[in-house]
Amino acid sequence: MDFDAIADRIETRCPGAVLGRFGAPSKDPYVRVAPARLVEVMQVLRDDAELGFEMVVSIAGVDWQRWEPRAPRVKKDEAPPPEPEQPPRRFDVVYHLLAVHRNLRLVVRCACDDDDAPAMPTLTGLYPSADWHERETWDLMGIDFTGHPDQRRILCCEDWVGHPLRKDYEFPKEYHGISAE
Amino acid sequence: MGVLENTFDENVLTTTVDRIVNWARRSSVWPMTFGLACCAIEMMAVGCAHHDMDRFGAGAFRATPRQSDLMIVAGTVTFKMAEAIRRLYEQMPDPKYVLAMGACATGGGPYYKYGYHVVKGVDRVVPVDVYVPGCPPRPEALIDGLMAIQAKIDRERVIRKRSVSA
Repeated sequence: MDFDAIADRIETRCPGAVLGRFGAPSKDPYVRVAPARLVEVMQVLRDDAELGFEMVVSIAGVDWQRWEPRAPRVKKDEAPPPEPEQPPRRFDVVYHLLAVHRNLRLVVRCACDDDDAPAMPTLTGLYPSADWHERETWDLMGIDFTGHPDQRRILCCEDWVGHPLRKDYEFPKEYHGISAE
Repeated sequence: MGVLENTFDENVLTTTVDRIVNWARRSSVWPMTFGLACCAIEMMAVGCAHHDMDRFGAGAFRATPRQSDLMIVAGTVTFKMAEAIRRLYEQMPDPKYVLAMGACATGGGPYYKYGYHVVKGVDRVVPVDVYVPGCPPRPEALIDGLMAIQAKIDRERVIRKRSVSA
């Protein structure tokens, strides 16, 4: 089962949920999914008899602020790579899925609707391992996972200010009396 | 005692109190097990047989600050860890010494500019006696740092200086 077959299968089960397919086949191709239908799509990906993605390997956030496309490096005698996708919103959430018994991998991307208060439905109901991944993404990117049972910081101190991996993050001047300059 | 047994006549040696106390202290500098990052790997190498820090009396790594004399801050100090370092330092009995091992503990190292979470030198948290540069330092460098601590102990005085009466 290749990437296109997986994407076709999602579209059969959830018509209209896939907003696009991107990336060269050799470089982690991904499907883009509307956030409102994320949980539905994930449920299908996990439970469908032909797919069976029983593991979420990684959940990460992307901040596209100040992003500019670069001209790709193309070798001689080689077709240029496909055009990169224009990020639709400022924040993306990226899900890496793995179907262990079929050795399938899939990347699902989802853009947060609100640039100022990004939010995404939680996947903890489907994948218990999403819990800490989502806490990390909340901690470092400030993406709010709606319905998460225990959304606390996981890496930074509990009283840390801001979300460090955002592009507009301002470094702290001091922390608990220790100068940081 | 092997070959030395029954070699010498009964004897008396004289020395100063400072010297004998410093000799005792410098010969059993027990470090605290306190590896924070990759520098800890080099610290472990120094503790093991090839470099053998026990030759200097500093091989008994203690798992508690209350039995340690030397804190080898081996690795990156984050703000989250800083509070624990401060507390562990205060739990150590006097006389106590701190050795900042590696670039991170000395001044933030590679995290100096873009490490939002890294304390730019452990000397902003606890007083440091000896800095050992390197990323990470070679075991020889750490041994050199330990010998610098020992040289510092040798210069100390336990005899109170004559007080100036009011």
